[in-house]
Formats: sequence, structure tokens, C-alpha cells
Amino acid sequence: MKVFRKLLVVTIALLGVVSPCYAEKIVLEGSTTVLPIAQKVAEVYMQKDNNAYISVRGGGSGVGIASLIDGTCDIADSSRSIKDTELDNAVTRGKSIKAHVIAMDGIAVIVNSANKVNALSKKQVKDIYTGKISNWSQVGGDYQKIVVVSRDTSSGTFEAFGELALDKQKIRPDAVMQASNQAVASTVARTPGAIGYVGLGFLSDEVKALEIDGVMPSKETVLNSKYPIGRPLFMYTNGEPKGLAKEIIDFIKSPEGQKLVDEEGFVALK
Amino acid sequence: MLIQINRGKPIACRASYLRIMNKIRERIYQWGFTILAFASLVFLVGIVIVLFREALPIFKKVKVLEFLLGKFWYPTYEPPEFGILPLILASLWVSAGAMLICIPLGVGSALYLNELASTRQKALLKPLVEILASIPSIVYGFFGMAILAPYLQNLLHLPIGLCAFTASLTLGIMATPTVCSIAEDALSYVPRSFREASFAVGANRWQTLVKVVIPAAGSGISTAIILGMSRAIGETMTVLMVAGGAAVIPKSFFEPVRPMTAAIAAEMGEAPMGSNHYHALFAIALILFLITFIFNIIAEVISRRYRLKLGLAG
Repeated sequence: MKVFRKLLVVTIALLGVVSPCYAEKIVLEGSTTVLPIAQKVAEVYMQKDNNAYISVRGGGSGVGIASLIDGTCDIADSSRSIKDTELDNAVTRGKSIKAHVIAMDGIAVIVNSANKVNALSKKQVKDIYTGKISNWSQVGGDYQKIVVVSRDTSSGTFEAFGELALDKQKIRPDAVMQASNQAVASTVARTPGAIGYVGLGFLSDEVKALEIDGVMPSKETVLNSKYPIGRPLFMYTNGEPKGLAKEIIDFIKSPEGQKLVDEEGFVALK
Repeated sequence: MLIQINRGKPIACRASYLRIMNKIRERIYQWGFTILAFASLVFLVGIVIVLFREALPIFKKVKVLEFLLGKFWYPTYEPPEFGILPLILASLWVSAGAMLICIPLGVGSALYLNELASTRQKALLKPLVEILASIPSIVYGFFGMAILAPYLQNLLHLPIGLCAFTASLTLGIMATPTVCSIAEDALSYVPRSFREASFAVGANRWQTLVKVVIPAAGSGISTAIILGMSRAIGETMTVLMVAGGAAVIPKSFFEPVRPMTAAIAAEMGEAPMGSNHYHALFAIALILFLITFIFNIIAEVISRRYRLKLGLAG
């Protein structure tokens, strides 16, 4: 009898531990660019709704979309639009992918703050990154070798930059590859002859952003599409979002969510 | 006559029972340790099978020679290019540089520790060297990236501090304790009688060291060097952070390079499973495995040859 009572106590205690697992749980995975927004939104939302459990992971746009198709995440964060191959893959698995634009992001071209150059044309940026221009003197700067800094070839920012700024041409093979926006910014800050590119949220006083085709990268110029290297940021769901996933996406698109987007350094959708 | 003990079990019966139990226990131990001994073999075979299985599909798309000697690594473009010559050369280049630093440093400090250091110095220095070996590679990476690279950039007026030279320097420092520790062990295993015999025929300390002790410890020292080299070529985190990551055939020590390990680490997370890029990264891992495998064979051959020469074989 004593044993039975003990068992009962343990069972009740276990139920107490396990029951939060019945709270609704979703996983957001994907782009490291979208990660700060996703994290902030998850934090704020979980404070508002105690029953919601939101897990946020990075990994990259491609990983997020692959997980969504595999069914291991509920919302895929992506800094690029979904590729045809990924769509085909989703269709063969019987999934229909739905896109939600949650914010805008501009990719700023940055140089060391000691660099004399303040502006480049989009074509000059392309020529620098594809290897036609190798010295700052060719674009009105000092006689100094250009050190081209880029994100790794598999990052979403790299793909977006490749499409928006390089017209999908190959980046010069001697470009220095860095694993994060932050690493690109700090490499450019330390290297006098460097040029790099980062999301608008990663601009700081340590580096100088360049005017492209006469337009400074800023929230306004990205939103009104005057700045040539801008892009929408996406969240993808499998079919129309339901339950917690729908609430999260609605929350991000709401004025309160867009304020968080703005606070994280991205461009809110008005 | 039967003496009754333990709930009336006859003693003769109990003795044979114990004997059988002992035999069974012995068998269990024997099998247990046999399984443990063969476990590493199972892991090795498993890893090799997976490497080959995941790597071979890429060679249906790209010819082996094109893969090995191709000069451009553009795995995510359409059409992709899978040429890993720049990555192989970067790995060899960076490891060769690291060897130039860690062989003199490691073997030199091993000689000092073994021949010249007082007991007190040795008691202090050897554990310190071993602590250096236990520092995680990411710490070396931070050190190289945040301190060494900017310093070298200013000192040598380089366009960028993240380059093969910085990576070699960091890896060299990293591999030094491995080389030092194993080389010192090898030197201390040289039998005392060798030195005594050498002194007895009138050789001085330097002659004894160069003509007797170093050759006698030669197999151990070369093993130390090869293990250091394996550590350098297989090291990932440090080169990912410090080498710069440009997939270009290195023309000098002061250019950014992309060693094989760095390419795998940077790209594996984003390569969709089963894609050509994924298989190509496995193929790089396979090549890396074959390179370290060859190193190990060379180490084995060298150490055996030395042993035979000294008559220590068998």
C-alpha cells in the first residue's frame, strides 16, 4: 500500500513535469540573416503567450527550406526566394510551399573607413567582385590592391548579392571568404584595402558604407527600391499557416512585430 | 565423507561449481576485451565504407583527374565547377609552413628538456608544454584571428592578415607540444648504456647527442613529426578562422587560402544532402583521409628502418 502511494506521488510529479510539452511547439529554422528577427519575435511572443514554445535555429536559408520540406521545422526563414529545384522537391513530396514577406533587407557595400572612395556604380562593384578591377586607383582611390571579402558561397547573403549585384557571374576565386556578416564587417574594419558586403543591420561606425549608383543604402532607399541592392526577407510555411505558426507570422506582420524588425536593424514593411 | 556447509551443499560439489564459474568468467572477460580491441577496427572500416559510398557518386559527374587537378572550386554555381587542386595545395602549403615552425621548436625543446634541463626545470616545463597541447583549437583560432593577423598585417604591410602565413604560424605553435612531447618520450627511452658506451670511447656530449642519442631515438622523433603533421593537415577550426578562405592556387605564403578542412566545415552545413556538392565534400574528405593514411605509412616505414639499423628490431 505504501509502495502504491509512493508510485502515485511520482506519477503526479511526472505529469507536472511532462504537461508543458502539451503546450504548442513550433520550430523556426533557416537564414542567419533572418535569425535576429526570428529570435526577437520568439522571445517577445513567448512572454505574451505562456503556452507557446518556439524554438529558433540558424543554419542558412537552404537548410531551413530543406527542413521545411522534410517536415523537421514549421517555418523556414530565408533571405532569398525559393529555388525552382527546391519547389520541385517540395511538390514531389506532396507539399505546397507558401511565402510570406516579413521585412526588407538592403545589402550595403562597405570599405575600410580610411578609404577615400565614397561611391561606386553597380557595374564597378560587379567588376571588382568578378576580378576585372583589382586596384582602388581604377575607381578613383589610392594606388592600393583591393582585398575582396565575401560571405561563404553557401550563405543566403552571398546568393542574394550574387543575384542582385553580380548578375549571377562568378566571384573572383581569390576573394576572402568569411562565415558571418559580423566576420565580414570586422575583416573590412581591420583591412585598409578591403571591400565587403553586409546586411543593413550590420552597418557600424567601424566601416564605411558606399553610395551605389548615387544612392546611399538606408531604410528609406531600400523600401522605395531606389537602392539597387535590396531584397525581401521571407518566412516559408507548408501550405497556409495554421495554429501557432499563423499567429507568429501574423504577429511579425503586425505593427508591433514590424517595430521589432526595425529595432533589429532591418527595414520594416511600413 | 561429506562435510556440510552452506545450506548443506557438499564441498566437492561447490569446488567444481566454482571452477566452472571461473572458467565462464574468464571466457566473458576474454570476449569482452576481444570486442573492445576490435571495436576500433569496426569504426575504421565503417568510416572508410561511408567515405567511399558518399564520395564515389561525384565521380560519375566529374572525372577523377578533373576533380583532383581542376583549378576552380565553384560548387554552388550553375553549372558548378568541382576542382580541388587549390584546396589540396592550400592544405599542403599551410602544413608545410607549420612544419617549418614546429619541427625546430618541438624537437629543439625536446632536446633541451631531455639533455640540458635540470630536474626542476623539467618538472616545470614538461607539464606546461602538455597544457599547451590541451588548449582547444578554437582558442588558437581566436588568437590567430584577433591578435596575430592584425599584427602581421601591420608589421609586414600585407593587404590582409588572414593568409597562409598566419595560418602556418598558428598551426605551427599548435603542433609544437605534440612534437615536443612525443620526441621527448622517444629521447628518454634511449637506453642509458648507449650514452655510457659513447662516453666510454671518448665522445663528448655533443658527439654523443648527434651520433648516438638522436639516431637511436630517430624512429620516435620521426613519428612525433608525422603526428604533428597529421594534426596540422587535419586541423579545421583554426584554418577556417585564420587562413582567409580564398579558393585560389597559392602563389606565396602571404595570400589567403582555403585548406580542404576549412572548405568542408564551411560548406557542409549548407550543402543539401545527396547533392553533387555534398558528394564532392565527401570526396575531399576521402582525399584528406588518403593523404593522412600515406603519412602514417611513411611514419611506419621510417620507424621500422631505423629500428633495423640499430638492431632494435623484434
